[in-house]
Amino acid sequence: MGFDIRKFFFRKPNIALEGGEDDASAFVPEKAAIKCEKCKTLILSDDLSANGKVCAKCGYHFKMGARERIKYIADEGEFEELFADVTAGNRLDFPDYDDKLEKARAASGENEAVVCGEAKIGGINAVCFAMEPKFMMGSMGAAAGEKITRAFEYAAEKKLPVIGFALSGGARMQEGIISLMQMAKTSGAVLRHSQAGGLYISVLTDPTTGGVSASFAFEADIIIAEPAALIGFAGPRVIEQTIRQKLPAGFQRAEFLLGKGFVDAIVDRRNLKNTLSFLLSLHEEKTAKETNDEEAAV
Amino acid sequence: MSELTAYEISKKSREKGRPTAVKYIEKITENFFELHGDRKFGDDKSVVCGVAEIHGKPVTVIGIEKGDSTNEKVLRNFGCAHPEGYRKALRLMRQAEKFRRPVLCFVDTSGAFCGIDAEERGQAEAIADNIMSMMGLKTPILSVVIGEGGSGGALALAAADEVWITETSTYSVISPEGCASILFKDSSRAKEAAEALKMTAPDLKELGAVEKVIAEDGFGEEFFEKLKDDIAAFFEEKSKMSTDELVARRYDRFRRIG
Repeated sequence: MGFDIRKFFFRKPNIALEGGEDDASAFVPEKAAIKCEKCKTLILSDDLSANGKVCAKCGYHFKMGARERIKYIADEGEFEELFADVTAGNRLDFPDYDDKLEKARAASGENEAVVCGEAKIGGINAVCFAMEPKFMMGSMGAAAGEKITRAFEYAAEKKLPVIGFALSGGARMQEGIISLMQMAKTSGAVLRHSQAGGLYISVLTDPTTGGVSASFAFEADIIIAEPAALIGFAGPRVIEQTIRQKLPAGFQRAEFLLGKGFVDAIVDRRNLKNTLSFLLSLHEEKTAKETNDEEAAV
Repeated sequence: MSELTAYEISKKSREKGRPTAVKYIEKITENFFELHGDRKFGDDKSVVCGVAEIHGKPVTVIGIEKGDSTNEKVLRNFGCAHPEGYRKALRLMRQAEKFRRPVLCFVDTSGAFCGIDAEERGQAEAIADNIMSMMGLKTPILSVVIGEGGSGGALALAAADEVWITETSTYSVISPEGCASILFKDSSRAKEAAEALKMTAPDLKELGAVEKVIAEDGFGEEFFEKLKDDIAAFFEEKSKMSTDELVARRYDRFRRIG
């Protein structure tokens, strides 16, 4: 046993539990294989990607990029990006923010922490948005808030449902009060879309905390969470520091929130497309003719 | 007040001896009658709610109360509300909407309470629900920041038609200490963080987050009298507006930020 493959591939993935913006090591690297954070099985990267970045052995859900997420649930080739030109600026002249933005763009290949667009899911048109973990852990500033607001406004106008993937450490501190105001701005847009009769399904992914959980992420008609996703207002580290005690195992995880009545369902990522397709079709507005045709067919 | 640095103002906004929400309610409203409980879980003493009159006109008043004495501070949980506090506030905002009376909020909190019970009872959901509901509430809402406007816990009572702030109050996404320790990895750099966050009244006005900066004049009788008259005039003006226009303007107020 002179050759130990593990020496080549083993690294210690340091999965951030809360919005550590600089923690680029929380992601599957561009390597041939990775060890599952939960069951420690070595998984080939190609196999992992083919399985929706879910460990085939233990079901651990790795983080997924925004674009990858939308692609994973959209019908083949049926995604058209919207509002891609909306980008952040350093409005407050906040120290080191320009540099951070540049690094986030390089790390993620995205302009901002949110990707929006119109997609077809199971043949039904929907506006989708997803937040990007490699862009400052999906933190919400003016640009992210603007893109999400426009997504809901667009959906309200076109009478389309919205599917949103929340992933965020919270509001983007470097934009000060402007980032806080995005919580009200996006909430106003969610409300208008809702009042126009639109369906909004929010998918909470790991992690959903801070200003994002306290605004649009929790304002949906149906709230789905990914297994074991960390979901809460304050991050666990902050709570532990405040109350000076260890948090119980499983605290603020998706399963805990389900038990407390704050999410509608936990859905394995590999079943998500089917679930979303079903829920979309259930809410699809049918014309009288279509209804008649269906009845006739029965 | 311009001679104070941002960090000095931030410290002043949290200083002992400043008037807290109950004092504002006492000075500005008449015949205040407190209403308790969220009808779901309990009564959060960090959030004081009730009905009252201003110059004889009905108003719903909501204030986050930090407490004055040590005992009172503990009773009020230092002005850090639990989900049931936000839900009580929302219940009474809905009531105000039903009876077409305006809502007046006094904001003074370092933030929503951060702890096991608050998370278990859905702090994020409670704040989100308040913000979204306020964005559509069909009655005028005015929020006045009277000390600390701490992040989402403050915004949950400030998705309003206008937000006013007294001159040594602050409104921010995070405290200077929190920002320094997270971003600068050094909590002693809070002074720098306070400057960078643009959390003082003039900066907030410049950024469109508040409409009016209120001179404090040592919080004397005249201060409260003038504030009372201004609030009454504000509600008078807003009451002339159709509810559709009111709600549309509230949306535009936030829509243009960013």
